[in-house]
Amino acid sequence: MEATVDYMKAAEADNLLATELRLGLPGTSNDDHKATPPCTPRGKKRTAFDAAEDAAVEEVTNKHDDVEAAPPVAKAQVVGWPPVRSYRKSCFQQQQAKQISKPTSNNKEEAAAAPAPASNAATPSFVKVSMDGAPYLRKVDLRMYKGYRELREALEAMFVSSNNGGAANLSEFAVTYEDKDGDLMLVGDVPFEMFAGTCKKLRIMKRSEATGLGSPRQI
Amino acid sequence: MSTPRSSSTSSPPQIPQSLTLAHTASSTTSSSSASGMRDAAEDDSDSPPSQMSEDDPGGGGGEGDRWEPDLRGGNGGGGRWAPPDQVLENVLESVLEFLTAARDRNAASLVCRSWYRAEAQTRRELFIGNCYAVSPRRAVERFGGVRAVVLKGKPRFADFSLVPYGWGAYVSPWVAALGPAYPRLERICLKRMTVSDADLALVAKSFPLFKELSLVCCDGFSTLGLADIAERCRHLRVLDLIEDYLEDEEDEMVDWISKFPESNTSLESLVFDCVSVPFNFNALEALVARSPALRRLRVNHHVSVEQLRRLMARAPQLTHLGTGAFRSEAVPDGAMSVSELATSFAASKSLICLSGFREFNSEYLPAIYPVCAKLTSLNFSFASLTSEELKPIVRNCVNLRTFWVLDTVGDEGLKAVAETCSDLRELRVFPLDATEDSEGSVSDVGLQAISEGCPKLESILYFCQRMTNAAVIAMSKNCPDLVVFRLCIMGRHRPDRITGEPMDDGFGAIVMNCKKLTRLSVSGLLTDKAFAYIGKYGKLIKTLSVAFAGNSDMSLQYVFEGCTKLQKLEVRDSPFGDKGLLSGLNYFYNMRFLWMNSCRLTMRGCSEVAQQMQNLVVEVIKDHSDDEGESETVDKLYLYRSLEGPRNDAPPFVNIL
Repeated sequence: MEATVDYMKAAEADNLLATELRLGLPGTSNDDHKATPPCTPRGKKRTAFDAAEDAAVEEVTNKHDDVEAAPPVAKAQVVGWPPVRSYRKSCFQQQQAKQISKPTSNNKEEAAAAPAPASNAATPSFVKVSMDGAPYLRKVDLRMYKGYRELREALEAMFVSSNNGGAANLSEFAVTYEDKDGDLMLVGDVPFEMFAGTCKKLRIMKRSEATGLGSPRQI
Repeated sequence: MSTPRSSSTSSPPQIPQSLTLAHTASSTTSSSSASGMRDAAEDDSDSPPSQMSEDDPGGGGGEGDRWEPDLRGGNGGGGRWAPPDQVLENVLESVLEFLTAARDRNAASLVCRSWYRAEAQTRRELFIGNCYAVSPRRAVERFGGVRAVVLKGKPRFADFSLVPYGWGAYVSPWVAALGPAYPRLERICLKRMTVSDADLALVAKSFPLFKELSLVCCDGFSTLGLADIAERCRHLRVLDLIEDYLEDEEDEMVDWISKFPESNTSLESLVFDCVSVPFNFNALEALVARSPALRRLRVNHHVSVEQLRRLMARAPQLTHLGTGAFRSEAVPDGAMSVSELATSFAASKSLICLSGFREFNSEYLPAIYPVCAKLTSLNFSFASLTSEELKPIVRNCVNLRTFWVLDTVGDEGLKAVAETCSDLRELRVFPLDATEDSEGSVSDVGLQAISEGCPKLESILYFCQRMTNAAVIAMSKNCPDLVVFRLCIMGRHRPDRITGEPMDDGFGAIVMNCKKLTRLSVSGLLTDKAFAYIGKYGKLIKTLSVAFAGNSDMSLQYVFEGCTKLQKLEVRDSPFGDKGLLSGLNYFYNMRFLWMNSCRLTMRGCSEVAQQMQNLVVEVIKDHSDDEGESETVDKLYLYRSLEGPRNDAPPFVNIL
């Protein structure tokens, strides 16, 4: 029910940035936010209600002695601050999604199918995540992520960081998902919102098994 | 004086004039009883106001105190004449019917045993500010004739994702107990509680006279539960769903609107803007058409202006309208014209409260001009209006008392509000981009303008990025009636933007000059000095929210020692440690709760509190990522007074000391 999000700087396919939905003025970018990991790269927990927290989070731990000093140089975002209810935040993500999808989907059916996630953005959408070789599954809330990059980082944090000794990132794995029709699809082909709406569960499989999927685009 | 928003309680019986009790205005401060229970009244909802008077039912002695009926004299039950005590109690009950405010009732219940009994039988509304402060069984045993129950669950910081999922606040045990005990129950209001579909089904089944359901910031239920309520509660007058999180899967949702009875309904209020799934519009239209008493209707964003018009035509008597969205669904040629929509608004002669506008076509905004002059409440906080779009509207809103808006209107927009809305009582300015580094479109300039134009202001919530002490001081002087002052400078530790000084003087002026202040939220760069002011002058403060503020434990000490009426203290990310915590030992029983997260507390300090204060429940809440096992540092502390001791439904990540 919770997902650890370890916000790490990572390379990103530029063309996916364009389809990512985010709050904020044009020109601002989350790449400015570098994580300032204290001893352990602990991410702050999200709750089920945090459906659309719009930026990555890092816990300001007790050990962080920045309170008396000037504002910290690296402005890592903090959970629940500013204190605006997730409900309100998620409504704006909803609005943005609709505005973006509007030009392409004046047709009512398409509006219902594709940006259906937009109308549901307020409610959490947990999908199971399995990884080949891991003893148990996890669950992530797809509403929490604005794009593939964030999702990948979350998955890395969950499965790859400490448990799996060998792998350092997901490049040895292919991230796939099962969609509404039950087909196994490669993550990354469609705009993120569309993916979030149709994904029923995620599966991280070894590249060696992902034969026949062509050269997967890095997500 | 706060009264329940919707009238549902039965009228008190007629009694002879000589015995009429004058309706006391209970603003008197009640001295704390031996168990240290104090009473408070406040409004902390972040949604259109629903006045909920707040008091704990406690106050009648400690644990284990049982009152048996005291039938002295007479024939030991079944006598031919009522013993004198019985007569007195009957009279007393008739008299006490007139007391409605819980604070008055708590005081009355302390007079003596017969008053206690009489009060317990005549209390109609049961208010429980912390669902874990008392058990359902205990409440049900004491109060016999309850018709309305108000329950609050999670601490407010749960709204900001600071309380992990699964923490608690389940309504199930309450519904299970209330069902058999109060078959005539009419009203249930829940805030920040987890409500399942099964709970809703049980409510629908248990209370044949059920009239009002109000769920604010709740979660755990879906349209399935709503369908049960709609279908089975034949006397339903109010169904208000405000900022809840529904658990609907797209393919599993239920057409709950169609489940209302086919005949005319008694619906007065139907609020469901947070039910984000699509619904059957025709069913809604038909429902509205057969609900002649409907006064408040707030739909979700799946309603187009064309559909809105149809609804308004069916319900011209509406006083409160939530438009959901405010856009056309039709193809460009067939879209409705502004003047047609304006006609609909003109026909709604009773409209005083407007909200919605979630996705709006700005060309439709002028349609609301006909109602602006009569509006007392306008909520644009989901519409990213520019100041140019706002100005022509707000210029007509001369009678506005409540205004919620996004900061996209900028200082310019706020100036326009200040110029026109001289009667404004409540203002809330929300950020479109709720991040620390956002541009922020409103500042001290807007605040200053508002303070000059709206001297009757009582409540303000203001998100900004730039603020000055001068503007805050100006507001403290221009708006002496302020009861709620919540300023959120979004960048952490931001000082005065002009002088570079901490914001101590600004907040100090607020507590000094606003003598009616009961609720305060502080932000910006603050030192212990600010809290010294708060402790010294904030004598009426009941709710205090602190984030990223203070230098040392002295801050906490100032607050505990000075704010004698403090009920709720919520603190995050401030350098307060065990010493500060322990300085509050003598005051915790007078408070409803204390919340502290990401401060400098340790297990030692928290354990000491738990040991010394037996009637407190001290919860240490861990994050799941704490793989380090037992850690000395405490990340989240939630402590509250309770008659029940540690709760038995705590999840594994909650450690009750």
